[in-house]
Amino acid sequence: MTPAEIREEILDILEDISPDEDLDDLKDDVPFRDQLELDSMDFLDIVMELRKRHRVQIPEEDYGALASMNTTVEYLEPKMRDIVKS
Amino acid sequence: MSEHYDTIIIGAGMSGLAAGIRLAHYDQRVCILERHYTIGGLNSFYRMGGRDYDVGLHAMTNFARRGTKKGPLAKLIRQLRFRWEDFKLAEQIGSSIRFPGVSLDFNNDIELLESEIAQRFPSQVDGFRSLCDSLLDYSDMDGSDERFVRSARSVMAEHLSEPLLIEMLLCPLMWYGNARENDMDFGQFCIMFRACYLEGFGRPFKGVRVILKNLVRKFRGLGGELKLRSGVAKIHVEQGRAVGVVLDDGTELTAERILSSAGTVETARLCDDVTEVDVARAGRLSFIESISILDRMPQSFGFDRTIVFYNDSETFHWQMPEDQLCDTRTGVICSPNNYLYDGDEGELPDGVLRITTLANHDRWCGLPETAYQAEKVRQYDQAVESSVRFMPDFRGYVIDTDVFTPKTIRRFTWHDNGAVYGAPDKQLDGTTHLPNVFLCGTDQGFVGIVGAIVSGISMANRHCLQG
Repeated sequence: MTPAEIREEILDILEDISPDEDLDDLKDDVPFRDQLELDSMDFLDIVMELRKRHRVQIPEEDYGALASMNTTVEYLEPKMRDIVKS
Repeated sequence: MSEHYDTIIIGAGMSGLAAGIRLAHYDQRVCILERHYTIGGLNSFYRMGGRDYDVGLHAMTNFARRGTKKGPLAKLIRQLRFRWEDFKLAEQIGSSIRFPGVSLDFNNDIELLESEIAQRFPSQVDGFRSLCDSLLDYSDMDGSDERFVRSARSVMAEHLSEPLLIEMLLCPLMWYGNARENDMDFGQFCIMFRACYLEGFGRPFKGVRVILKNLVRKFRGLGGELKLRSGVAKIHVEQGRAVGVVLDDGTELTAERILSSAGTVETARLCDDVTEVDVARAGRLSFIESISILDRMPQSFGFDRTIVFYNDSETFHWQMPEDQLCDTRTGVICSPNNYLYDGDEGELPDGVLRITTLANHDRWCGLPETAYQAEKVRQYDQAVESSVRFMPDFRGYVIDTDVFTPKTIRRFTWHDNGAVYGAPDKQLDGTTHLPNVFLCGTDQGFVGIVGAIVSGISMANRHCLQG
């Protein structure tokens, strides 16, 4: 997956776990927490959905990397680069 | 060869079903085992004489309007991937707390309660506001905050100087979620205060069955297994870990972990490494409910209250009746008719009034069958007689009745003593003496329908999904 495809995938997960959020105006450089009503349960869901959909394992000590869209894509890029987008 | 699961869940009530959905969604092999022949546990339903009845549910607390982003209802809808329509709730018309000579109305907007207090207890309104400001947030409810276990009565007394107002405010909160006699943990008080006064009451038009059916459909749709009439006789323990369960019929099932909504004492008793449990830790508060079907709607004779919490003296007695079957000094009157249902939903088919009073489980269960049936009639009459001191007399309009007792509650929940809100000491982190057996539901902490579902979700997340 390219960084752009990873970004799309994250948006799809956010849409899935939080369908009432308007994601059109999401700013990639601003922490998710500052623009969406996400709590620790929702962050767990991002991790779990990545594991479910792409078998990507994210250890608990790395959860901090999922702060904003930019940091998330950057963190996931090496882990997801070899995944073919279906 | 026995069947093997990632997680076995004991109990198909709200918490077990919610936990099951979370785990099945993330591809675990999950089995929910339920002793009763139907789902729901405390919050179940039945059909009799062509009519639908709810057990448990008077109102769903934690009301939130569609699209709300914060709070427990929004959280559970997101976590379980439901739509708001699946939990469509009609708001209450309004409820009242009635003590001798004074009544406080409240609805889903805290302003009403505040203005009622300003009118009836003018000197107390600033104290009420400061009490509201001191409430713990839901995020403080993991038990780590030392204020959680403080006495609610003593915290209230720091803000309010009028003892009657303290009693009145406690009455609904204890009725709707306090397992401890006489006093309440401040943490539990905060949960219930938010759930009842700040968020408020709602009800699905068709009652609790809508919620349960949605939960089961989702669980099964994700590949989860639900086995009814499958009581767990034993949790089999080897070398300090649970390896599986043995059902009442001898069937053996194995699992990586077990999540139990059976209760703290009840779960420990199932473990075959435990020889004696501390039964004194079980809860004691149980209820009787007297249901009246009416030939007219309650509003036609001037009763529009959704819920009335009444108490016939200035002191609210929240304890199990020791020497009698029931204590009707305090009670809850609820009418499922008195909600703001949508126009396209219409009206419920019958007028219904349900009256809940405190009851003694052991005395009810000790009655021989004929005496049990006779007492149901007698105690129904007493509950109704007590309640009509606080509402219009409806006894001339009754066309059918039913009563459920602590014995019924015990049959549906399997909780010791038919304890509706479980044990007074909650196990907020959900752990047990075994590293792979966890608690959810009533004895973990949150109560009520929304609370139980949130409990199932959070314990599944915390103990069964990570790692």
